[in-house]
Amino acid sequence: MIRRGLLIGALAALMLAGTQAKSETLRWSSVGDVATLDPAAHNETFTNNLHLHVYDSLVRRDRNMKIEPALATSWERIGADRWRFKLRRGVTFHEGEPFNADDVVASVARMLDPGSRGAGNFPSIARAEKFDDFTVDLVLKGPYPLLLNDLCWLSIMSKPWMEKHDSLKPGNIAKNVTTYASTHANGTGPFIVESYQPDSKTVFVSNKKWWDKPTHNLTRIEFRPIKSDATRVAALLSGELDLVAPAPLQDLDRISATQGFKVVQEPSFRLIFLGLNWRPELLAMPGQKNPLLDLKVRQGLWHAIDIETIQKRIMRGKAKATGTLVAPQIAGYDPKLSVPYGYDPEKAKKLLSDAGFAKGFKIDLNCSNDRFIADEQLCVAIGSMWAKVGVEANVKTETRAAFFPRVDRGETDAYLYGWANLPAMDSISVISVVLASRKDAYGGNNPNGLSNARIDEIARAAAVELDEDKRIKLLQEALKIARDQVSIIPLHLQPVAWAMRSNLDVPQFPDEYVRLWFANLKK
Amino acid sequence: MLRTLISRTGQTLLVLLAVSAIAFVTFRYVGDPVQLMVREDASFAEKERLREQLGLNQPVYVQYGRFISRVVCGDLGISYRNQRPVRDMLTERLPATLELVFVATVLALGIGIPLGIYSAIRRDGALARLLQLLSLIGMSTPAFVVGILLILVFSVHLKLLPSFGRGETVQVGWWSTGLLTASGWRSIILPAISLALYQLTLIMRLVRSEMIDVLSTDYIRYARARGLPRPYIHFKLALRNALMPAITVTGLQIGSLIAFAIVTETVFQWPGMGLLFIQAVTFVDLSVMAAYLLLVGLIFVIINIVVDILYVMLDPRLRGSAA
Amino acid sequence: MKALASRYLSLKIPVFVLAAGVFAGALTLVAVLAPFIAPYNPTNISSFNLADSEIAPLFLGGDDPRFVLGTDNQGRDLLSAIIYGARISLIIGAGAVLFATLLGMTLGLIAGYFGGWIDAVIMRVADVILSFPTILLALLISGIARALFPAAAEPEWAPIILIGAIGTHDWVQYARTVRASTMVESAKDYVRAVRVIGLPSRQIIFRHIVPNIMASVLVVATVNLATAMLTEATLSFLGVGMPPTYPSLGTLIRIGNEFMFSGIWWIALFPAITLVSLILATNVVGDWLRDRFNPKLRVRL
Repeated sequence: MIRRGLLIGALAALMLAGTQAKSETLRWSSVGDVATLDPAAHNETFTNNLHLHVYDSLVRRDRNMKIEPALATSWERIGADRWRFKLRRGVTFHEGEPFNADDVVASVARMLDPGSRGAGNFPSIARAEKFDDFTVDLVLKGPYPLLLNDLCWLSIMSKPWMEKHDSLKPGNIAKNVTTYASTHANGTGPFIVESYQPDSKTVFVSNKKWWDKPTHNLTRIEFRPIKSDATRVAALLSGELDLVAPAPLQDLDRISATQGFKVVQEPSFRLIFLGLNWRPELLAMPGQKNPLLDLKVRQGLWHAIDIETIQKRIMRGKAKATGTLVAPQIAGYDPKLSVPYGYDPEKAKKLLSDAGFAKGFKIDLNCSNDRFIADEQLCVAIGSMWAKVGVEANVKTETRAAFFPRVDRGETDAYLYGWANLPAMDSISVISVVLASRKDAYGGNNPNGLSNARIDEIARAAAVELDEDKRIKLLQEALKIARDQVSIIPLHLQPVAWAMRSNLDVPQFPDEYVRLWFANLKK
Repeated sequence: MLRTLISRTGQTLLVLLAVSAIAFVTFRYVGDPVQLMVREDASFAEKERLREQLGLNQPVYVQYGRFISRVVCGDLGISYRNQRPVRDMLTERLPATLELVFVATVLALGIGIPLGIYSAIRRDGALARLLQLLSLIGMSTPAFVVGILLILVFSVHLKLLPSFGRGETVQVGWWSTGLLTASGWRSIILPAISLALYQLTLIMRLVRSEMIDVLSTDYIRYARARGLPRPYIHFKLALRNALMPAITVTGLQIGSLIAFAIVTETVFQWPGMGLLFIQAVTFVDLSVMAAYLLLVGLIFVIINIVVDILYVMLDPRLRGSAA
Repeated sequence: MKALASRYLSLKIPVFVLAAGVFAGALTLVAVLAPFIAPYNPTNISSFNLADSEIAPLFLGGDDPRFVLGTDNQGRDLLSAIIYGARISLIIGAGAVLFATLLGMTLGLIAGYFGGWIDAVIMRVADVILSFPTILLALLISGIARALFPAAAEPEWAPIILIGAIGTHDWVQYARTVRASTMVESAKDYVRAVRVIGLPSRQIIFRHIVPNIMASVLVVATVNLATAMLTEATLSFLGVGMPPTYPSLGTLIRIGNEFMFSGIWWIALFPAITLVSLILATNVVGDWLRDRFNPKLRVRL
């Protein structure tokens, strides 16, 4: 009897132990884990997001997303293809090495190495040259207006540290090489990696010697990825987490109604749109002329989408319906273009019958089921709406691993896609990658034959235009053509929604990044 | 005996090789890793360059040949997703899965055997009938439903136990264990129950039917007639004979528990090999997928051999015959 | 009627086995007749309206008489979705069992009757197959299917791929059972005798061996129907099974699980109850059949 009592007592103690969290520790969960700690070994937005807590770059985004000095204190363009950066003095890396120009030169070289996954994010940079210990020149391949935007993501690593751990070059799968830097990190940033257990837990502690004055009051961050939406929310509600970012839309009402929790959300930069097939035939109707080549059909398809109901039911009022391809904060945005084609099934039917498709037609509608918010639901809903104006959509959903290659091979008639214009935060991204026809470095995400001569011209002109007013005019012109021609059908800007304990304050950003160096936990 | 064992193992390894080849080829149709490795605005040429670097544009048999020759040298390759050696990733995850499977097995045996014995002895009792019904319900409820229910009740509602992860782990050599900390034990309870339930019902039903069989044999009847004490008959005579099949089945089932852990690990975000595999699938991380496949196959081969050896050791009739 | 009643009495079916059988039978009937019974066709995406989404069931305060069990997140009638979902689960379960039985019996007969290297190859393949998780096999099979016929990526193919995947895993049990029985049977004097007469193998197998092993095969098949449906649900839950445009019960639970905390828990609950009770009923019947007809047990009784 006594023994049983002891056992029960021990069990109870076991269950109660550890449920109390220390208030200065922030426990945060997201969908996926950081893929690697090596800044040059990945291309994921989320991984980059976590790196920013550890590694600083030459410039960074401030609380209002404006570019401000970071490891560089000032800069000037001293030639068409050469920029000079003055570096901050007195900065040290987490392991104690002093920061200087050699570190910048080595980090840039490492990032541009052929084995680097991140090289493509810095298309304009040719190399970095040391001028003196605290001055560095970046040599460009040609005139380029967006250098500072790109530099926000270039993590600066310590040269002596890389030398010590034989990591001056990034890992390379093809050559079967991995580096120390993929599991260890040594930056100058606001947080230090204390431990890294992939897919389980990564612990950061506050950097007491950070060069900047911290505005956060955290001493420790425990990051734990949880893929399942339900499990992630369960962990928040059961008190095992302080912050869930992102939080699933359908649970926001329940969470904010629960005592002790709150929800913050706003539209992000990410546009969700439907891409279309511009080839002579649709996959769903081989041997017949592609109806989508007729402007009236494309307009009809847009008018057939009840975007209001989608916003209300699927996006739960958290997204922002839009008629243009970029978010308001993105350079090139034109408010005149922002109203979507209204939902009007009668008009849609009329347009279709004017184009000779009174009886409708068949079309494939592909989408991912694990990439964008409610992607699968959106596709089924749009398929259902199109069916009601006579367009028989064959909805196919699959994982991103199968979906993205399919889109890239052009094996789709209509597909749900997202574009955030990141990291540049500039319309040139969507114009040159999604709208411009696929040739040379252009049209990387235009797999289905969309082509407009004027847009191609603009994409090339705007890329080297250094006069900001002229550049914006060009971008706006291209976006207007895209809307008038229904090059793609924009749906909405998907929301970024986070759920957290009420005592946590953390600002939200439309690029969906979590920046915990702005976070505050109240006692 | 030894020869049989060697030839059986050899044959199994051969088939394993064949299956891994088929798997390797067909994984290519699951998706394209390149598309997920480059940034979203990468140009077509950039993607082609990466494809070439990774050797993905070579004929599949060349890729497979390279893969196998590396594996033979103990090199499982590098993960596409995070550029780390696959071997390191598997050794990190292996302890989590094995500890989960171990605790689940202990639970299944520790609860399943007594319940099985009870329902065999009190065959027609109300409680035994109820247990039979409950075991059928246990067999009929998918593990993911059990997992979700456990989280809802014990984590969200009662706030007693963690809903995900392994809790604090302690490093013992290369083995990271959650079984030395309170939070580790708290974390393993729900996933282990969810994983063990099917096994538990299986063992309980097996022990029951074996016990019933044994209890109706002549020598037990004789022992009863002689008036030997009931506990002696039940536990010394009958149980010993009834346990053997249960333990064999448990051994053989360990392989499928590891496989089934995929579901449990997904629901509870348990950082084991199953979760790693599911993540690899969503990223078409070919080297991780292929390595997982080989490892699971290998574990199964080892279990089979051990069971074969045990059989021969326990059953003298099999010795010498080439069965 | 009287004859039927006396027949029933002579079989001594326990009441709850009978109840389970009736329930499973009724559900099967409903599933077979789904197009005539279900109020809507949930696989026809033009039949539902997003504006009708997330309506509560009538008995939970739902105010729309069209939807007895409410609607899901797409505005699909949940009752229809469950009926069609059960239909898909049953089709896949039965299909997989049929496929596994045929494949397993054929290979088991070949292995048991001919022995030698054919036997060795078949049984080693069986060993390896058993070592692979079904989900892995499902991925492999769909990979092979896509490699051979590009059309296999179409949602209509999903049930066939699932049947192939589950069947490919489950045939091993039949093969092992049949192989063992075949070995026992072929060692018996009468088979040896007909072999000596020079009867062709085919005739020996189908005239003399097959009828004798059917009983054990049928018992295994019933028990397997339940596990096949369970596997299908698990695969669909993991997202490698039926697509949301042709939802099975597992798919409905997967979708519903995402809404667990949002107050519309019925999207997951009702399909889960249906699934568990369907499998439970099958298990009860299978269990009883096994006890009743298992030749091994009958000898002992």
